[in-house]
Amino acid sequence: MKKDEVRVCILRVGGTNCDAETKRAFSDLGVNAEIVHFNQLLKKRNLFDYHGLVFPGGFSYGDYVRAGVIWAKSVAAKIGADLEKFVEKERPILGICNGFQVLIEAGLLPAFDGVSEYPEAALAPNIPPGYNCRWVYLKRENNGKCVFTRNMPKNRVIKIPVAHSEGRFLFPKEKENEYLKRLCDNDQVVFQYCHSDGTLAVGEYPANPNGAFNDIAGICNPQGTVFGLMPHPERAFYGWQLPDWTKKGTVPAFGDGKLIFESVVEYITKKF
Amino acid sequence: MNLYQKRKVPFELFDVNILKANDARLLEISQTMGLALNLNEMKTIKDYFSKLGRNPTDVELQTLGQTWSEHCYHKTFKGTIVTEKGKIESLFKTYIAKVTKELNLSWCISVFEDNAGIIEFDNGYGIAVKVETHNHPSAIEPFGGAATGVGGVIRDVLGVWADPIACMDVLGFGPLDYDYERLPPGVKHPKYIFRGVVAGIGCYGNNMGIPTVNGAIYFDESYTGNVIVYCGCVGLLPLDKFAKNVKPTNIIVLAGGKTGRDGIHGVTFASAELSEKSEEVSRPAVQIANPIEEEKLKRVLIKIRDCGLGSGVTDLGGGGLSSAVGEMAHRFGLGAIVELDKVPLKYSGLAPWEIYISESQERMLLAVSEKNLRQVLAIFAEEDVEATAIGKFTENHQLKLTYQGVKVAQLDIDFMFQPPKIEKKAKHKKPTLSEPSFPEPKNLTTPLQKILSSPNVASKEQVIRTYDHEVKGNTTLKPLQSQHAGPNDAAVIKPLDNSWKGLVISCGMTPAYGKIDSYWMAASAIDEAVRNNIAVGGRRIALLDNFTWGNPEKPERLGALVEACRACYEVAKGLETPFISGKDSLYNESPLGPVTPTLLITAVGIIPDVRKTVSMELKTAGDPVYILGQTGKELGGSEYYRLLGFIGKTVPKVKTNLAKRTFEALTGTIDSGLVRACHDISEGGLAVAAAEMAFSSDFGLELCLKDVPRTNDVGRNDFVLFSESNSRFLVEVSKQHRRRFEELMKNCNYAQIGIVTDDPFLKIYGLNEEKLVSAELAALRKRWQSGLGGA
Repeated sequence: MKKDEVRVCILRVGGTNCDAETKRAFSDLGVNAEIVHFNQLLKKRNLFDYHGLVFPGGFSYGDYVRAGVIWAKSVAAKIGADLEKFVEKERPILGICNGFQVLIEAGLLPAFDGVSEYPEAALAPNIPPGYNCRWVYLKRENNGKCVFTRNMPKNRVIKIPVAHSEGRFLFPKEKENEYLKRLCDNDQVVFQYCHSDGTLAVGEYPANPNGAFNDIAGICNPQGTVFGLMPHPERAFYGWQLPDWTKKGTVPAFGDGKLIFESVVEYITKKF
Repeated sequence: MNLYQKRKVPFELFDVNILKANDARLLEISQTMGLALNLNEMKTIKDYFSKLGRNPTDVELQTLGQTWSEHCYHKTFKGTIVTEKGKIESLFKTYIAKVTKELNLSWCISVFEDNAGIIEFDNGYGIAVKVETHNHPSAIEPFGGAATGVGGVIRDVLGVWADPIACMDVLGFGPLDYDYERLPPGVKHPKYIFRGVVAGIGCYGNNMGIPTVNGAIYFDESYTGNVIVYCGCVGLLPLDKFAKNVKPTNIIVLAGGKTGRDGIHGVTFASAELSEKSEEVSRPAVQIANPIEEEKLKRVLIKIRDCGLGSGVTDLGGGGLSSAVGEMAHRFGLGAIVELDKVPLKYSGLAPWEIYISESQERMLLAVSEKNLRQVLAIFAEEDVEATAIGKFTENHQLKLTYQGVKVAQLDIDFMFQPPKIEKKAKHKKPTLSEPSFPEPKNLTTPLQKILSSPNVASKEQVIRTYDHEVKGNTTLKPLQSQHAGPNDAAVIKPLDNSWKGLVISCGMTPAYGKIDSYWMAASAIDEAVRNNIAVGGRRIALLDNFTWGNPEKPERLGALVEACRACYEVAKGLETPFISGKDSLYNESPLGPVTPTLLITAVGIIPDVRKTVSMELKTAGDPVYILGQTGKELGGSEYYRLLGFIGKTVPKVKTNLAKRTFEALTGTIDSGLVRACHDISEGGLAVAAAEMAFSSDFGLELCLKDVPRTNDVGRNDFVLFSESNSRFLVEVSKQHRRRFEELMKNCNYAQIGIVTDDPFLKIYGLNEEKLVSAELAALRKRWQSGLGGA
């Protein structure tokens, strides 16, 4: 389909707050992006009007209890079946920051054997603790399955900001190795925190800003169509958003975040 | 005599027998009911009710107590001040508002009349700005106090129909290593307050998705008993949607959080000194924050604005409903009827007066025409926000409150807004201080290192990182520059997708000078705020004034305040920077004494094209580095003197004509693309500015003091290096543009004093070209980054 036929749903609830800039990123690429309140979606039940779905950043329902969990439970209870169908049809779902937390809590990621009833991983409180807003480097690890990174070569290093207090990717201790192996075997590791030269952070702060297991910053499901990451690509879309653009004589037009949005838009236009 | 007569109604309502009360009893009533009204005010109320031939209810007295509080009515700034040189009728009109009035600039759209000042921006959009203090609540409960401070100022911006796009927070604490043994009872340790306040600010802004882009943190002994928390917010609004046209029969809609007992008597608490008992007595005065509620409220208000469904809006802050309803009615020459039993409550059992003055958070008041009411309530419901019609505006100038059908208050609006004028005495007294005399140290690397790690100069990165300064994706110049997290002078926001125009936000505060001379303290704060703005490329600058002062009943405190206000007029007028909003917080005293006279100046400028913004770190080896402005022997209150244990006497002055010339010339060179890096020279002087520019980059810097433009009294290297004279900048100019730069600067004090190098060192040579400083940048950076000691 053509770009202007693509419809992306940016879902929000009370406390979601990165919806506008996420919409801007998609709109800039010429696709139709719509911010839809979860209440509205429930009333209309029109999830399949959209070719892509985004859970943006923010503090859904205040992130009381645990980050992302309230919205995840609500999503699972109210549109769980539709979402499974959405995934089956290989329509892409993106979770950014709080959206990633929702996808994990809702069992849409890592989803080793399809959507899981209970979370198989966690995004735990940062180590060192506390909210952290900073630019980091990510290395693209995926071999090509993830539909959100096809426009960037493997091992490409991108620069992107994080801003969260609960982003430490974790597996249950006793299954750590087994799950990591499955993640790697399935080609589900999309981004790892690294240094500017591309060498992995190996847990070293601040290159790895939250103590994430194996430097994991973003993963996809085994099909590569559901993708969640802690950093904010919508904040690295334009060149003037970069933290050091004033160093150069001219402002670059775009930042690395654009590649993620471009990849998924291209996937949708080719696939549907 | 029974002063309080309970009414025979099924809820709590008292008639207060003031008609028969003598002066002593009047004061007793004021005290017992927590009204914080003085005898003259109580007598005025007694006269009013004598004429009506009845006693007031508790609801009526509480309403007057709120409306006439220092916090709501600003009695000191609006009252008469008797000085040795004659009477001043209203400090506000005589000094602050006068600047704006005389400058009469077309881009100032709404000043001093609404919840926030509004200036023109671009494409039919305006910018609304407000800065508030939340000192008293933060001293009692740091997290809640600071969080609700942020929440409150965001509602001020919503109160002019603007969408909040950025927050600013300036804080003042006692020394973090303050000796526990020295803390008087009731005063919490600065470290505890610091952690709570920082967490509270981060919590609110982050949760609401509003970037915290600018701020500052100061440490001063005098803030130990009385923390300083300034919360600021900037909003964006389409000017044609600015609806303030409340009519009789308009429905009063209360929206947002429910009302509870949190925040009872917040404003009266804020209008008194802190004491050992504050915690016990005033804990209920601190509200509870729920940023998510406000986030939803924000979405609804913006939608109602865009649909043009409201005729008026205001926030519920100090004084709660009593201020919001009264002020809105007063402003539009109306009256109001409110049914207090319609107000949604957190729990039952609140007396009518408590409902009316509660300061529970996340509430807004709207005026909506009858025909739009249903649609407005439906929009609230869609977003899961509670909204209730609680009354309506009326033609007559009366405020009428009912509860369960019983009239509990009826007051003339005109009376409510004509409190007796206050007359206060002011006495100007200069402290007896002297200039220290000491030999010039040979080694200046050590003092520089020590100043870099002193809490006021050291990096605030560990705090800034806990605030989301990137959300909304529009922060083009960030508080932390590049990979070494350099301290940018101002933040730049690009709020409109279809315009390159940017908003430049900076601040200035120079409390150290307040100990010596409040006039030059205020002048320096203005100069600092403006030059921070200019340094990154800002211009067309509007100012906000926020005073934090001691008890104005004490003549010498008031005398210092008069001086500071006078400076505000003279300096702002000279720089042609109008005031558009402001707020004062007085009575900042604790058992440890008053706060140092403190004035925060917030500067909001614009930059025509954000791509021309200049950041502070060095960019290219071989570039010449210039100093702009004149260096004087003005080290009173400086970081250098503080390091040596002195206060000094001669604080930096501002010569507005010279300053303005430098500012305008610098703006010209930035617009012409000649400037690669620019940093303002402030705390720690030239040495600190140079070190910061260098260690925030990957380049070195070599300077020689010989050519620094200076007054004749500056004959020592340490004075040139550490003087904090105002209106100065350190500028890196691209090598090929050197000549054009000098041409544009020719009418100003300037000199090339150094060069950017490839060598990662800061090297400074003295007046006789002798080596003064030689330090590795990584080591200096480390010093600077460790100053807060991981608090």
